[in-house]
Amino acid sequence: MSDIKFSKEELERYSRHLIIPEFNIEGQRKLKAARVLVIGTGGLGAPLLQYLSAAGVGTIGIVDFDVVEDSNLQRQVLFTQADIGRPKVEAAKERIEAQNPHIKIVTYNTTFTSENAFEIASNYDVIADGTDNFPTRYLVNDVSVLLKVPNVYASIFRFEGQVTVFNYGDAHGNTGPNYRDLFPEPPPPGLVPSCAEGGVIGVLPGILGSLQANEVIKVITGVGDNLSGRLFLFDALNFETRTLKIEKDPDNPLNGKNPTITELIDYEQFCGLGIDKKEEREDVKGIDVTTLKSWLEGAEDIQLIDVREPYEYDIVNINGQLIPQNDVLEHIDEISSDYKVVVHCRSGKRSADVIELLQTKYGFTNLYNLEGGILDWADKIDTSLPKY
Amino acid sequence: MIRHKKSNTMATIIIPTPLRKFTDNKAKIITSGNSVGESITQLGELHPDLSKHLFKQCGTLQSFLKIYLGDRDIKSLENEETPVKDEDVISIIPAIAGGKTL
Repeated sequence: MSDIKFSKEELERYSRHLIIPEFNIEGQRKLKAARVLVIGTGGLGAPLLQYLSAAGVGTIGIVDFDVVEDSNLQRQVLFTQADIGRPKVEAAKERIEAQNPHIKIVTYNTTFTSENAFEIASNYDVIADGTDNFPTRYLVNDVSVLLKVPNVYASIFRFEGQVTVFNYGDAHGNTGPNYRDLFPEPPPPGLVPSCAEGGVIGVLPGILGSLQANEVIKVITGVGDNLSGRLFLFDALNFETRTLKIEKDPDNPLNGKNPTITELIDYEQFCGLGIDKKEEREDVKGIDVTTLKSWLEGAEDIQLIDVREPYEYDIVNINGQLIPQNDVLEHIDEISSDYKVVVHCRSGKRSADVIELLQTKYGFTNLYNLEGGILDWADKIDTSLPKY
Repeated sequence: MIRHKKSNTMATIIIPTPLRKFTDNKAKIITSGNSVGESITQLGELHPDLSKHLFKQCGTLQSFLKIYLGDRDIKSLENEETPVKDEDVISIIPAIAGGKTL
């Protein structure tokens, strides 16, 4: 480690680390030698990337397939208005390099998948999981366990956040618990709303991502006690924090007593998002936004039902009759069984659920799902409408 | 020290954000069970919609949830039989993932 040298500019830049007795130049050398892979450049990725680069982590890999959108800017403070439409990894790299030119940034403008995960992650010593969905959470976990690297984890929902360090190998050769010890299986799709449906307070990923960055730095330098084996919970609404113990599960399929997972699997299918779901949906008739426009302009009577929540309706609507998803059965008498009925939501998922329910339970045959929902309408039919 | 009678045990169950839609948005529910199992059963009686999401049809806890007494997973204690003392805190911890629409 002593062969890691610093220039005069670097010594001055990192001087506030160097004068912390338990951190000092040894800690800074470890940071410079470290290679950290940050998966996801969203709300968590923003503070994570900014603090890891500012702290002097020598090599940072960034994986994200997405482009910057308006609705990101409420919390993804790495990006500016001018970045809208740009690949996130490109905008992130530019911003980070401007902040610290002494480090190396490697970008992967792609989805992190079972196919490319090993190739990407095998170049790194620590993974930081800032992703936003269950399939990728399990993928990141399994990659970290199979490659034997720690996975610094944070996750958020609305006003609530979780942070821990998974799969941490300590100095005595013991490995801490991983995600599958805590949650053997993901919730069924739809039970836990995503932030896109449930919302998230913009500061929350800033707080959790900063805590995550702190844990990454502790894991690399060995300073202090990191969160391995402990789950930190933060409720921003009531300002309550708790730290709970995470136990290893002997039935863990990756590294329990009888491991059954020895390679990466199909995580979409594992999370119930696979082909089965699509097959079920073949019974739901779909129309695109252009067809809806022509139907509405035609002579035939059409009933348009919006199954989103009232607060979503207040943001934007296309004059549909508002019957929120959970109230549909109470308002069943208001749904026509004679006319064509088009059901829509934000993106087309909830409306398909509603149609499936009405067809199975009540035998409706005149229901059509608006594919792409009001988002697609705002993209293709009326671009003056806001997207959220 | 005054010992409360067992039947007067009052524990608090903390409901996580994603499940509050089943508890009329209540974050904390007071129960009087003597064990974690009794307390969770009481919670289910108060909020039947919630109990459907806590347990599988066979009656075991869903794999995407954890129940903690204080800072310990009840699996590492005595599971549902774990005794509850006055002013104990029971937490239901859900898996949460973040932002993407699934």
